[in-house]
Amino acid sequence: MTLKTILGAATALGLALAAPAFAQDQTKVGFIYVGPIGDHGWSYTHDQGRLAVEAEFGDAVETTYVETVAEGPDAERVMTQMALGGADIIFATSFGYGPEMNNVAERFPDIKFEHATGYIQEQPNVALYNARFYEGRAVIGHIAGKMNESNKVGYIASFPIPEVIMGINAAYLAAKAVNPDVEFSIIWAYSWYDPAQEAAAAEALIEQGADIIMQHTDSTAPLTVAQDAGVMGFGQASDMSGFAPEAHLTGIVDVWAPYYIERVQAVMDGTWEPVNVWHGIDEGMVGFAPFNDKIPAELVAEAEGMIAAIADGSYHPFTGPINRQDGTPWLAEGEVADDGTLLGMDFYVEGITSEIPN
Amino acid sequence: MIQLEKRLAPSKRAQYLNPFLAVALTMVAGGLMFAVLGKDPLAAIRLIFFDPIFSEQFGSYSRPQLLIKSAPLILIAVGLAIGFRAGIWNIGAEGQYIIGALCGAGVALAFYPMEGWFIFPLMVVAGALGGFLWAMIPAILKTRFNTNEILVSLLLVYVAEKLLAGMALGLLRNPDVAGFPGSRDLRRYESAHNADLIANTGMHWGVVAAMIAVILAYVMMTRHSLGYQVRLAGQAPRAARFAGVSPTRLVVVCFGIAGVLAGLAGMFEVSGPSGQVRIDFASGYGFTAIIVAFLGRLNPIGIVLAGLLLGLTYIGGELSQMMLQLPGAAIQVFQGMLLFFLLALDFQTNYRLKLTKGARA
Repeated sequence: MTLKTILGAATALGLALAAPAFAQDQTKVGFIYVGPIGDHGWSYTHDQGRLAVEAEFGDAVETTYVETVAEGPDAERVMTQMALGGADIIFATSFGYGPEMNNVAERFPDIKFEHATGYIQEQPNVALYNARFYEGRAVIGHIAGKMNESNKVGYIASFPIPEVIMGINAAYLAAKAVNPDVEFSIIWAYSWYDPAQEAAAAEALIEQGADIIMQHTDSTAPLTVAQDAGVMGFGQASDMSGFAPEAHLTGIVDVWAPYYIERVQAVMDGTWEPVNVWHGIDEGMVGFAPFNDKIPAELVAEAEGMIAAIADGSYHPFTGPINRQDGTPWLAEGEVADDGTLLGMDFYVEGITSEIPN
Repeated sequence: MIQLEKRLAPSKRAQYLNPFLAVALTMVAGGLMFAVLGKDPLAAIRLIFFDPIFSEQFGSYSRPQLLIKSAPLILIAVGLAIGFRAGIWNIGAEGQYIIGALCGAGVALAFYPMEGWFIFPLMVVAGALGGFLWAMIPAILKTRFNTNEILVSLLLVYVAEKLLAGMALGLLRNPDVAGFPGSRDLRRYESAHNADLIANTGMHWGVVAAMIAVILAYVMMTRHSLGYQVRLAGQAPRAARFAGVSPTRLVVVCFGIAGVLAGLAGMFEVSGPSGQVRIDFASGYGFTAIIVAFLGRLNPIGIVLAGLLLGLTYIGGELSQMMLQLPGAAIQVFQGMLLFFLLALDFQTNYRLKLTKGARA
């Protein structure tokens, strides 16, 4: 055997081992997640969407994902590697991936990019999608206002961005509508997923007298703390009732599967467009976990009525009169907030006593 | 019963062999873990260590990325290693890295949108100065009030993180995008952009700075009297005192060097690969650099190899997640094994187990 044949064999072996990430005739779909898929919150529900895409299209698609990708250069590298790996469409599922996604999209104009909860759309191959979680926040805010006995609601917030501020406002307005004495205590975790810190925040809030815990972070830790302390809370992103069956009143459930299936289908059909959608209860992107038996039947009926009214458009959670925190008027009697103001919301509504970190 | 006995003359050769042995052991144990997870262990290890450099599909992109990921690790680790050699424990490089980034970005944003050749050099000075001053807090507290530098430097990381969040939400926030945290993108501000010196090579100023730092540190440790003082203080503190080495001066110098280098690393990162001051800008480089320093035997040349190796496991780890759907946590365990095996081997080099008869007081 000559050196040449040995080298040739070695190269062939190398090429065989370096099989591409995806086979050629399939539509290749990549996902990047900011947390672990085991968070049972945000990233978990996106991964459920990915699995639904696989179930829907079977062998016609191949999906892959990378979890726990930090926003910033790491995200840019992972997206680029997915693009090099042959992806046809990439879903990036965290708010902070925006600048990097647009950078990568510029370099790979033939690949479709979808950014969840983002706002930067500088390339013709970047689409934005988001869910009207404030609709869900209003419903659980209503339940919180009614179930609340200490008049104190504890709220674990992640980052002070419009999405989170909007959620706090929606929940507060709905709670205050049924309990004028309700107070919100807000703790900022500066993280989307940090079970230890979320648990510490829940403990602090309960110590301050909160008997209902709301969270805009992704772990199940606040609920288990609530259960141990004998208070109640709401799940986040997925049905978390299994982790705290006593404490879990209900929760907003993120339903991404229909959107993901629709968009992958569009890529297959060649009809993909760089949309910018904001779907709510009506379109089925915002759902609810089962209501706990502790919630009285009439309250369940109220909540279901609210859900139906939001779905058919007869009720908007941000309907005036609403003042800003400093007392200046925001919405006049009967006026409904426009999407632009909501998506850039950087103020609390009147009645919330704390301040947005600045 | 079993006793531990310090070896009188630990093998020099083992000291240099241990990192390689640790890598080999990590591959074996990691491979076993991957197999238990139902993944092909050979393919996984190949993806982690081989494909980022040699794969046709990914190599041309991930080779430059290796430089980008490793440069800050090397830059920080070189500075830390000097202190570690002297027995001065700066655990807060992450904080010095953050403050360096904030100062560098602060200078850039103060000048925005003016263009000028002097802006980038000013940012470099500001980044170095920021890291230096932040490192001086634990150093001065130690020399003046004899506080524990490990605790103070570590706790200052959390202070720096709060400052970072405050800056991303307040003073340095991009005023053009209402309501969203994070500064302007420095990659879109030409005078402040730490771009690739040659396009698509990953060679930015931070890589150059890391190389210079490695050479200077090597010369200092082997040729300069300061390097001698550092080594003496680490090996024989009492002898160092008699030889006229001032412990106070050494603490200040070691913290100062580490702070400058960490601050520079942060500044080059924020003006280049990261581009933005954002709440979660800090990605743990300052802590990972501690692993790099020890894996590299506190030796500048060793640190280059260790930094590249750790960078490789990050990039290869992502590749193996993407291609094999390995869980992200498995990659972190894999990286942890590396340090674990190294420490175990070092322990075995420095101590031996001794069986003695009967119990002794």
